[in-house]
Amino acid sequence: MTTPVPQNRVAQWIEYRLPVFSWTNKHLIDYPAPRNLNYWWNFGSLAGFMLVLQIVTGVVLAMHYTPHADHAFDSVEHIMRDVEWGWLMRYLHANGASMFFAVVYIHLFRGLYYGSYKSPREILWWMGVIILLLMMASAFMGYVLPWGQMSFWAATVITNMTSAIPWIGETVVTWLWGGFSVDHPTLVRFYALHYLLPFVIFAVVFIHLWALHHRKSNNPLGIDIKSDKDTIPFHPYYTVKDMFGLGVMMFILLLFTFYMPNVLGEVINYEKANPLQTPAHIVPEWYFLPFYAILRAIPDKLGGVVAMAASILILFILPWLDTSRVRSARFRPIYKWAFWVFVVDCIALGWVGANTPEGNFIWIGQVTTGYYFAHFLIVVPLIGKFERPTKVPESIHQAVLKGGEGAGEAAAAGAAGAAAAPASGEQS
Amino acid sequence: MADAAPPSESLSEDGGKRRDFLVLAAGAMGGMATVAVVWPLIETMNPSADVLALASTEVDLSAIEEGQTIVVKWRGRPVFVRHRTADEIAAAQAASLDELSDPQPDSERAPQAQWLIVEGVCTHLGCVPLGSKLGDPRGEFGGWFCPCHGSHYDTSGRIRKGPAPANLPVPTYEFLDDTLVRIG
Ligand code: HEM
Ligand code: FES
Repeated sequence: MTTPVPQNRVAQWIEYRLPVFSWTNKHLIDYPAPRNLNYWWNFGSLAGFMLVLQIVTGVVLAMHYTPHADHAFDSVEHIMRDVEWGWLMRYLHANGASMFFAVVYIHLFRGLYYGSYKSPREILWWMGVIILLLMMASAFMGYVLPWGQMSFWAATVITNMTSAIPWIGETVVTWLWGGFSVDHPTLVRFYALHYLLPFVIFAVVFIHLWALHHRKSNNPLGIDIKSDKDTIPFHPYYTVKDMFGLGVMMFILLLFTFYMPNVLGEVINYEKANPLQTPAHIVPEWYFLPFYAILRAIPDKLGGVVAMAASILILFILPWLDTSRVRSARFRPIYKWAFWVFVVDCIALGWVGANTPEGNFIWIGQVTTGYYFAHFLIVVPLIGKFERPTKVPESIHQAVLKGGEGAGEAAAAGAAGAAAAPASGEQS
Repeated sequence: MADAAPPSESLSEDGGKRRDFLVLAAGAMGGMATVAVVWPLIETMNPSADVLALASTEVDLSAIEEGQTIVVKWRGRPVFVRHRTADEIAAAQAASLDELSDPQPDSERAPQAQWLIVEGVCTHLGCVPLGSKLGDPRGEFGGWFCPCHGSHYDTSGRIRKGPAPANLPVPTYEFLDDTLVRIG
């Protein structure tokens, strides 16, 4: 085991005043992690990395960007053409937002599959949902900043949703806009908030990790850590595993950034905002499409907005909607299917959201929206009641060493753990 | 808190009440102070004086031919000024009020029947409906059609079909003379 107290005198001097060394050791080096974590457990640290990358590229962009309705569009073109490496920073930032959402969505679905939202991780889960909401707000406001046609009209349509609130709706939109339409004051406040929110996310991530390190990670078996034999130290096992995942993610991000930087965007956003003309076809970025489909599925203004908000807020009460006491879907023969049906439903919603609501898309949108809510409000509670889970192993290390379901990955982690365990004692 | 503190022992019944009062009073002051700080913070986000000052626009109607619509900018958003044809006026006036989801007679919306002046902002989520330019789709009721989520407006700018809840709003305006109108 690494010694928490440093040998070096300077380090000791610091440690006595601010215990950074023992803290790092406790949370990043000797931190006991379940020995059977699979690759789905990479996505949390990947999301953390993406947040940092967005902040770093964002700060650099902010040095060249002009938050003014008359100059914003040109300043983004200035970044693209004149600023040294500006194109790289902007493409990383724009595609980085997509990567961030992709990673966070996988992270979230990982939680749905392995029951990570269940006791004692409800608050951890809530913090995750809050992060998602803040990310959506940040990404939406960031998208407005280049002040292209899609920026402007996305801002108009989204802010107008608040006008659906009975009685005070109109007052609220005027307040949001700081005027009578989306205009210069709106752009400037969005810029201020776009700069601020990622740091708020950072703070919530901290609480998220606090809760995580208090009750420790869930794992593919969904059973609690019962003894030291169930864990391996975070370093080097999961630091290395996370680094590998980071390499794969960066490969994908750079593939987009260098070879197809605009495929996820809308061409029309390279046209300057025109408040007098709406583009023929308004679509949000891909990561908002399922929610956009839900908004349009309800043929009533207030109803659509309420359904859209509810589709995310419902995640807050999921820990109580799921009545099953078994966490991992691995031991839940029916839930496992319901999970995949739900994944397909979300993808279908995204597909509907990308298309004009005409013909078949209307009823497909309504059916998939209905199922989205039915999954949470009917399917999940009922499965918990009637499903008979298969036998859950006694402990992580028994499952890992004896084999059984998921033996492959678990055994590999276990073997690596056994082989390298003595070596870790020599470090530090 | 109460257990170890000597002052609480020495306090009489009265002292306890006095302390309760102090806690309440301090709490109330704190609450008022919070409101006093939060209120201006929120108010700063409302339209500023210069934005409010831009609140009127004058339009010269003489150049608008019958059947033509022009789009002018008022408070940052479009306003449609349509010189309606006799047919359009007739269609608008013929619609009976119970066919309408936001019932309003045409005479109220266009006191001078040939001139229809409405805000060009869809009451659903704020897109600009099509129908002002030649060749634009005008929807099933010959007025405007909003491409965003499919709302149809008639020749009086009233909502007839689609998700929008209300008619295109009529801004306040006044005729300065026969061909000059001030909006706002
Ligand atoms: C949660 C993290 C963040 C997300 C998801 C995010 C997302 C976005 C998105 C989607 C855009 C529009 C990209 C485009 O199409 O051009 C954007 C633009 C921008 N962001 Fe961020 N952002 C984040 C953090 C930050 C931070 C921390 C800053 C500043 C310190 C920043 C500064 C900017 C600037 C200046 C622009 C306008 C330039 C441009 O359009 O490329 N961002 N952001
Ligand atoms: S904004 Fe016009 S129909 Fe939705």
